[in-house]
Formats: sequence, structure tokens, C-alpha cells
Amino acid sequence: MTSLDAITLSVIQAALQQVCDEMDLTFSRAAFSPVIAEANDRSDGIYSAVDGALIAQGAGGLPVFVGVMQYSTKTLIEMIRDGRCLPPEPGDIYIVNDPYLGGTHLMDVRFVMPVYRGGEIFCWLSNTGHWPDIGGAVPGGFSASATAVEQEGLRLPPVKLFKKGGLDPEIYAIICSNIRIADQRIGDIKAQAAALLVGQDRLFEILDRYGDETVVSAIAELRKRAAEQMAAHISTIEDGVYCSKAYVDSDGVVDVPLVISLAVEKQGRTLTFDFAGSSPPCAGPMNSVLATTLSSVYLAMRHIFPEVPISAGAFEPLIVKRPEGTFLDAKYPRPVSGCAAEVSQRIAEAVFAAMVRALPEKVTAAPAGSSGNFALGGHDPSRGRDYVMYQISGGGYGGNSSHDGLTNGCSTIGISKSPPVEVMEQAYPVLYRHYALREGSGGAGKRRGGFGLAYEVEILRGEARASFVMDHGRFGPQGVLGGADGAVNTVTVFRNGEPHVPTHLSKEQDIPLQAGDRVRVRTPGGGGYGDPRQRDPELVRRDVRLGYYTAEQARDLFGVAVD
Amino acid sequence: MVENVRARTGAVVAGIDVGGTFTDLILIDGGDGGKVRIAKTPTTPENQAFGVVSALKEAGFPVDGIDLIVHGTTTTTNAVLERRLARTGMITTRGFRDIIELGRRTRPQPYGMTGVFVPVVPRDLRLEVSERIEAGGVVRTPLDEAEFRAAVSALKEAGCESLVIHFLHSYANPIHEKRAAEIAAECWPNDHITAGHTLLSEAREFERGVTASVNAAVQPILKRYIERLRSELEGRGYVRDFLIMNGNGGMISARFVTRESAKTVMSGPASGVIAAAYTGKRAGYRNLVTYDMGGTSTDVALIRNAQPAVSNEIEIEYAMPIHVPMVDVHTVGAGGGSIARIDAAGLIRIGPESAGANPGPICYGRGGREPTITDANLVLGRLNPQKLLAVDHPVTVEAVRAIFADRIGQPVGLDGVEAAGAVLRLANLKMAGAIRMVSVAKGHDPRDFALFAFGGAGPLHATALARELGLPKVLVPARPGITNALGCVVADLRHDFVNTINQPVMALDTARVRSVLEGHRAEGSALIAKEAVRPETIRFVHSADMQFVGQTHLLNVPLLSTEMDRETLQALFEKAYFARFKVELPEIRANLVNLNTSVIGVRPEVDLSRLIDPAGRATSLEAARRETRPVWYDGKWHDTPVYDRERLPLDAILDGPAILEQMDATTVIEPGDRAVSDADGNIVIEVGKA
Repeated sequence: MTSLDAITLSVIQAALQQVCDEMDLTFSRAAFSPVIAEANDRSDGIYSAVDGALIAQGAGGLPVFVGVMQYSTKTLIEMIRDGRCLPPEPGDIYIVNDPYLGGTHLMDVRFVMPVYRGGEIFCWLSNTGHWPDIGGAVPGGFSASATAVEQEGLRLPPVKLFKKGGLDPEIYAIICSNIRIADQRIGDIKAQAAALLVGQDRLFEILDRYGDETVVSAIAELRKRAAEQMAAHISTIEDGVYCSKAYVDSDGVVDVPLVISLAVEKQGRTLTFDFAGSSPPCAGPMNSVLATTLSSVYLAMRHIFPEVPISAGAFEPLIVKRPEGTFLDAKYPRPVSGCAAEVSQRIAEAVFAAMVRALPEKVTAAPAGSSGNFALGGHDPSRGRDYVMYQISGGGYGGNSSHDGLTNGCSTIGISKSPPVEVMEQAYPVLYRHYALREGSGGAGKRRGGFGLAYEVEILRGEARASFVMDHGRFGPQGVLGGADGAVNTVTVFRNGEPHVPTHLSKEQDIPLQAGDRVRVRTPGGGGYGDPRQRDPELVRRDVRLGYYTAEQARDLFGVAVD
Repeated sequence: MVENVRARTGAVVAGIDVGGTFTDLILIDGGDGGKVRIAKTPTTPENQAFGVVSALKEAGFPVDGIDLIVHGTTTTTNAVLERRLARTGMITTRGFRDIIELGRRTRPQPYGMTGVFVPVVPRDLRLEVSERIEAGGVVRTPLDEAEFRAAVSALKEAGCESLVIHFLHSYANPIHEKRAAEIAAECWPNDHITAGHTLLSEAREFERGVTASVNAAVQPILKRYIERLRSELEGRGYVRDFLIMNGNGGMISARFVTRESAKTVMSGPASGVIAAAYTGKRAGYRNLVTYDMGGTSTDVALIRNAQPAVSNEIEIEYAMPIHVPMVDVHTVGAGGGSIARIDAAGLIRIGPESAGANPGPICYGRGGREPTITDANLVLGRLNPQKLLAVDHPVTVEAVRAIFADRIGQPVGLDGVEAAGAVLRLANLKMAGAIRMVSVAKGHDPRDFALFAFGGAGPLHATALARELGLPKVLVPARPGITNALGCVVADLRHDFVNTINQPVMALDTARVRSVLEGHRAEGSALIAKEAVRPETIRFVHSADMQFVGQTHLLNVPLLSTEMDRETLQALFEKAYFARFKVELPEIRANLVNLNTSVIGVRPEVDLSRLIDPAGRATSLEAARRETRPVWYDGKWHDTPVYDRERLPLDAILDGPAILEQMDATTVIEPGDRAVSDADGNIVIEVGKA
């Protein structure tokens, strides 16, 4: 193997990245469901033929998938080797969503395809798409009170959905019989497969142009260099142990907080993440499987060092001790629907809270860190049909060394937009009474947190049931370096005018509602950064003028008198 | 269907485009056989009218002898991007004043939990009143007029110059917005009142609200600019009306443009694309990818069948959507000023940092010390150091090369020239990738297009890019550096209309479709009739935005007539869907969401054959040659003849390597390429294989 020059390496790196970006684009534009087409809840990548290690991944993929597919691909390779899965042939595409085989929750469905050169597998292409439904107890899959994975939906081990290029009608029929709105899924399945085929075509162009051997050497060299790049960033941190804690309100079933206890040890050129002391596996769906836990650490580090490209090499200096015996390494049949949407964000918050002490210029105080899932399922008598409405929402970001936190930012692990009020009111029998900036919610600090969202929805017609999977209801997003915590998430349901607060604060399933009842949600503000009394008094006065804080808050929180 | 209107156009037409650095003018004198005059003067950012006047002066044609001036301005673009806006107030439905500040829960980049966003209207100038309309258009809470009057007075007291009225569901029923606008006009007579539904009559309160806010906030600024320009022009004897370029690639009278000021925000890049479509059509190339490379960024757009792609969903920066029909120009973050570096992995990176205009590339001599794409072109002999525009203190090529050797070459074991070669190659790869994404995103194979290269730096990179992308041909217009000004000269009058229908095709009321489209035709024709300029013909272009039931993304489907049955609509949609997404879904029904009409006042054909003065053409290739210099392609120096572009014989055929130089642009023809000149002075380059 000759050593490759920097030009060829840079060119091949850019070309592989382009393959993944085109797969992302193809998947989104051909996908049927809005979750993928508009919200980009999907990701595409290239994986090693030997061990499934990540070679390159699309830049526009959903962050939580950053490290996941290399584990599912690795597991598939092992299962094929052990004879637990049919061996691949050209034109095959496996489908898998089993969380315990290197996944997230059941709704995230992965396709995995071998790419052949000269009769041998050269690499694997894989993508993940969030399907709008996968069966189970509740539409959409986020059951707040599930106690076993079977209640969460259809679980697929790796099976060949496409055999030698053709869709297997039997497996397709099994899937369609087990999920809701099955007639629309064919559009997503075709899109998900088309993305892999486009990726294969583009990859062949690169192999033909530069030669298979050169590309193989380049991939190996790029992996080494990505590791060096991450290590170079890490080596700027002072040696030591950085500790933090983060809390999930509850698991949705047993009303006690779950603790994530993290110690990050920086030594030389590596960071070791130790979650020892975190809560044991829980009864409700707030468990995380190992792949999601690892991916959450990686995505948090990528938020801190966005310039390091995503690849297995970049993860090498990040050593995560397997958190055995904790809810961050859940095994069958623990329910897991909350892992990708909520637990992953608490893990990222723990990483931020530890690393901000090591890298105060680069890391922010805690962001709202919840996907804010509110699902409303009901019957609209005037249209004579059932509906399921999903409201996701953002919250405040944490302050940082140079700026205040952003208001109503997207979840840490997502990139999807929230739906417009007007579109929701067109589609469902609801009326929003307000949709506003949540005043006072940003944690006070030299750089304050961003503000959360305040909304209230009224049921106009018929009966419905409301379910919530949110978080940060018990503890606000953490302030750092003297900054205050952001405001906690609150949910209040008004039935016949009587307020009801979920026992688990941020989680409850199937609250019955009727016309005239209302749901009021306040999402968290971001944590403050630095001592609020060091905030420029002019900025405090501006914040009061804009109605972000009251004059009393300016005085009490920031020590600034405002007329 | 074409309706004839008597043609009466000016014989002398001047197009003037104000860009970031230069104000460009092209004047075509119809009275003198289409003689062309060109001027290029520095842009005067504080008052763009001064730059316009100096361009007119430099052109040396009596201003009172010009029959029509068509103008593209970045006044509103700069106002929005720099937030130098008029003080604007907003009145909304109670409970919804924060819509334009909250956005749709986004962050500026996928990774990195930071960001800054400044809303167009500050929160203390956003007031709420009691009123509510339901999604179906039913009034739930009547407008509280007293409360509204009080809100208007409060904003007037607070020193606002303009006002936005933004109520929920006003697209479904504008009754409250209309009444509120009447009241506002009574108690605050003012030209700058924007009701949300008037610019964009579609659901999505954030996008509609931002569009309306931008409109109101730039109106007073555009109005003042137009008045200053009018008085400057009148002072020089031009007393007629003039036209302003809109972002949809059409023109509108300066008398009417401020009403919908938001439409001018993206007009600069649009006029270049219009010129490309026009030039390409005359040259026989109807499918083009336009490639306009400037100092800080590169604009890319698609033209199919001589029609530029138009989008209603452009976001001009983070969380700043302006949803009015605009030429769909994609900006990619690589320009001549993009900085090259070696990253921590020892690999070469281009951008995203840019040296911008200040300090700019090293070779501009304004203190830039970081190697840029422009500097790489200089080191490799592609750019002529003697012919750089905008240089303050000349820097030698040797000095630039030494920086490349030091910053890029040394860490990876290359010399200065090799390092510059590597930077150029990666820059081209990056831009090619961006062009691929733009075309693939629209479902096109880039190989079906020719590359239309313009801007100062477009023709420097075009053949290399085309080779990378597999595009067979490159078209370089006669005057690449003034393409935007040419767009002003050739653009048509244009008005766009959109109405939301939102019905399944199989339940569609086709009589309603016809009446909506005919309403668009009547309204557009009436607007064009008010213009001082008479078009030759009026053309109507109809389309429908459609989707499968259950989807949220839309596909634009061209309609050939105002009358059609449901089956035809369904079939048209399925065909368009397959063409774009390569997926057939016969099992799912279609929805018609919006009806669109463009009413286009077609202006008489403009003769482009004298863009380069035929009298200046040399009789032989040899006579047009300036010098031969070594130029670096693909790892080697090649002796390359350099020609004066304007002296090339009309029937010239050139085999690469060759370089064509003209005042403000350099065209590189690489080894293996063959270039042919055509009757309009375009250079068509057949790209050799990689």
C-alpha cells in the first residue's frame, strides 16, 4: 500500500461525503411521509465491509443517528457470519428495526445493502428513516406507559425486504398488516431503497475513477487522520476528571427521577466516558439501548467540535465504558420508545455539563433538550373520521461564552421544524389560544438562556385523548459557571375548566378530553451562562423593554434597577 | 393563448445593475443599429444613486436621450441583511405576536448549539388585538376596532414609519386584515401599511408574517431610494418613468414597485439568470445550469426550456423566509475569497471562512495574508497579475506563491505551485458538488444541461467544473462581467399570482379553477396596462402546486389551459411526479393545493450581436493574441496563448489550452477542450474528457 498524498485523500474524502449527501437528498425528496420529506428524520451512510465501521455519513442526517448505523451494520455482519441471518446476495436489502441489535426506538427503520465489487462485498450502505407508525399500543409509537417492547410495535430482526433487486411481497405484507396507515408506507420504502441505489451508482463512479485499491487505502488513512484530528482537539483540554449529573423526570411508569451520572476522564489524547452510578434499567420506556447511548455521546461531542467530520475514526479517541446494569444499556424486553427522543438529550446534557468545565469557550449551558412530543388522538364528528395530531416543540438554548441562548431552538438530537399553527388548525379540530414566547423562562446569566415556548390548544369538536412524552418537568436545563437553570417544562390540562397536572409532570398517556377542554404547555428555557450580576445592565434593560423579564426579575435575578 | 398589444418601446434602453462592488451599465442604442455601450463604476453603498449616475456619465450617452432605464438595486437586500430597516410596528391576533420571533424551532446549523436571531420587528413594537378567524375562514371573534385604533396610535407614537397587520388565517378570509388596513389608513395616512394576506395568500403564519414584515420594513427605504434616483435622473434630463427589477425576474414600474418591496430583495441574482436564459435561447441552448462566481459566494440556478426555475420558498438567511415567487437561485459558500487551510487532520479545506472584499485575497494588497481561490488562480498563471481589478497595493506573484508554499504546501509536502493546484482542484470539487446537489434536488441529471458561466470568476473555473460534472458544454457570454445589467435590458414585465384551493382532485370544482385562473389573467393584464412601457404581447403561464394526499411537500405542475377535467389534472400530476421522484404511486390520490399564474408582458427582442463591437474584431486569431504564458493544468505547466476576447475573429475556433481576457473576466480553456465563437459573441466550449 503506497502512502497517499494529501490531495488524493482530500478529494476522496469530499467525494465520499458527496455520495452520502446525495443519498440523504434522494431519500428526503422521494419520501412520502412528512417526517422524512420535511423533517429530515433520516440519515444515510457508508460502512466498512469488515466490521461495519462508519466510513462517511450525510451532513444533513438527523444528529441522533450519528453513530447508530455502524452498530446495526456490525451486528448484521456478525449475524450473517454466525448463520443467524441469511447470507447476502447482490441486489438484497435487509430491513431491521430491532433496538437491541444496534438501534434506537422501533420507529427508526434501517435498510442495509451490500455493495459488491468483483464478487466480494466492498462496503455496506445503510440508511434510517423514522416511520410515522410501527404498530404498538399508540399511534406514532411513543407510549408513555409501555412496560415491554412488544407494546411499542412491530420488531423486525434483519430480514431481506428486497431479494436480488425485487421487493419480497411476503415480508412486505407482514409489515403492512402490523402498522397503521400502511397504504402510504410503500412510498417511503421505495424512497429508502432508491437512496441506497443512488449511493451505489455514485460510489461505483468514484471507484472506477480512482481505483478500488486507492479508495480502500484512502478510507483507512482517513480513518486514522480523523482519529488524530479528534485527538488533537481533545489534547487542548487540561488532564483531569470532569463530572456531571443529569436527570430524566421519570420513566413514565414509576414516578422517581432517573439519574445519569457521568465522569469524563481526559488523559493525554483520549476522553473516557463513565456512566457508573446511573440508575438501573427502568420499568417504563425511558431506557436507552447501547447504540443510542454511544451515539448520544458522539453527537454531543460533534456539537462541541462541529468541524470534525463524522466517521468511525473520529469516535476512536472517545472511549465509552459500557454502562452495564444501568438504564443506558437496556436489554430485551425493556421498553425503549423514549431513548432517541428524550434520554439521548439527557445524555448529551450530561456531556455538555461535564465538558463546559473543560472547554468553557466552546460549550453552552444546557439547552431545553426535549422533543416536546404531544400527541392528540380523537374523532372529528364534522368530518366523520379519526385523527392523530402530533405537536412537537422547541425550547430555549443555553447561554454561551459569547451570546445569549437562542429562543425556541430545535431539540439537541433533531433538525426538524415544528408545524405551523395554521396547518394544525386546518387538519385537526383544534384551536390554538396562544403560541408565544415564554417570558422569564431563560435562565439568568451573564449570557442568559434562550426562551421557551408557551402554547395552549383547545379541542373544538368531538372527544380526544392526549399523551405527552416530554422532559425537564422536575429540573430545569442546567445553568453553568454561576448561571441559573432555565424554567422547567409544564403541562396543564383543563377538563371542564378544572386544571389537571400529570403525576409524572412531563409524561402521561391517554388523558380523555372533550370539546372545550384545553391543553397548556410551557417548554423549558435554556440554562444561563456565568454570573447574572455580570450581565451588561444595558442588556438587562433591553430585555425588560422587550418584555422578556419583568422589572422585578431584573432586580432580583440580575441586580439591575429598571424604572 | 396570446393577446396582441401594440408595441411601442424605446429605441435607446439602458440596464443598470448595482452589485456589491461594481455598478454595471449596458446601453443598447436601437437608433444606431444596436450599438452597445458599457460602463463599470464602483458601487456607492450609502446612496446607490450616485454610482448609477456615474455609470451613466461614464457611458457617455446623453441621459435625456435615453428612452428607457431598467434598474436592478440591492438597496433592500442590504437593508435586510444588515438590519438597517425602517422602524416598523406590527399588530397581530391576540396570543400570536411572537410568531416572527419564534420561527419554526430551528437552529442555524445541524451541529453547534448556538445561534443568534434578530427579528425584523422588535418585540416592543408588536401589539395584539382581539380578533380570530378559524381555519375554515369563519369569524370566531370579531375585530375589536377600538382596540385596533389604540394599537395603531401607540405604534405611531412610538415613532414607527410603517405597519404590518398580521392575523391568523387571513389567507382563508381576509375580512379582518382588510378592515384593519382601512382603519389604519384613516388614523395614520401612510403609504407603508402591509396586510399579511396581500403579498402571500397561503397558510403558514411564520413565513407569511416574515414576508409581510420584511415588506413593510424595507418600503420606506426603497421609496426614499427611488425618489433620490428619480430626482438625480430628472436633474440630468431623464423625465420618463423607469423600471425596477423584481426577484421573479420581471420588471415593474418604479411608481408601483414599493407596494411590494419584498419582491425586490432577491432581484440581483435573478437578473443574471434572466440574461442567461435569454442569451442561451438565442444561442440554441435552452437547458442551462447558471454559474455566477463572485468574491464571497457563488450563485447557481437551473433553466429548463429557456425558463428559469422559480420558487416561492426562498430563505434569504437563517430564519428569514421571503415567500413570494422568486427566481430559484442557490448560493453556495465558495467564492474567489474563500480561504484554503490545512486542518487538524492534515487535509486541505476550502472555506467556509472567506477573506470577503476586505481584506480580500492576498493579491488585492489590502492586507490579506490567507491564501484564497483567487490567489491560487494567480499563482497558476490563470489570472493575469497586470489585469486584476480592485487592487490597492500590488503584491508580486512570487510573494503569493511563497504564502501558498508556507501555509498549504509545507505541512503536506508540496511546493507553492502544487499547493495552489491542489487548492484549485478541491475548490472545483466543492463547487461541482454543490451544483450537483442543486440539480439532483430538482430531480435532474446535470449532464442534460450546459453550464452558463458568468460573473468575474465563473469563466475561470467553468470548464474544470463541467468536466467534473460530466456536462458536455460550457457557454460563456460575450460580457460575463455585466450579465446582471444585461438581464435588466432583456427582462419582461411580470406579475405573479397564487391562490390556495386545497381540495382533492377527484372532488375539485373545475369551474372554480377556471374562474380563479381567469381572475389572475384579468388582474395581471390590468396591471400591465398601467405601465408606461407597452409590451409586444402578453403571455400567461399557469401551474398548479399539487401533492399526494398525506404529503406535505408540493410539486409544481404546469397547466396548458384554464380549462381541464379532473382526470387530466390527475394524469398531469402523476407524470410530473414520476419525472421528478422516479416513483409511481397509482394507489394514492392527488390534492390540488395552489393555483398559480404568471402574467408576462413580453418586450421586443433585443439584438445581442453587438455586445462585442464587430468593428474591433481582428481578422485572424494570431492578430488577437496578446502573449503566451505558462499556465498550470493538472500537475504541469503548459505554454498557453492568451487572446484579447474582444478582438477574436467571429468564426474563431480555439483548441485548449487557451486563455481569453477581457476587461472584467478571464475565460480558461483547458487542454483537450475546444472553443467556438458564435454570432452573439458567445464562446461555446466543448469540454474534453477527464
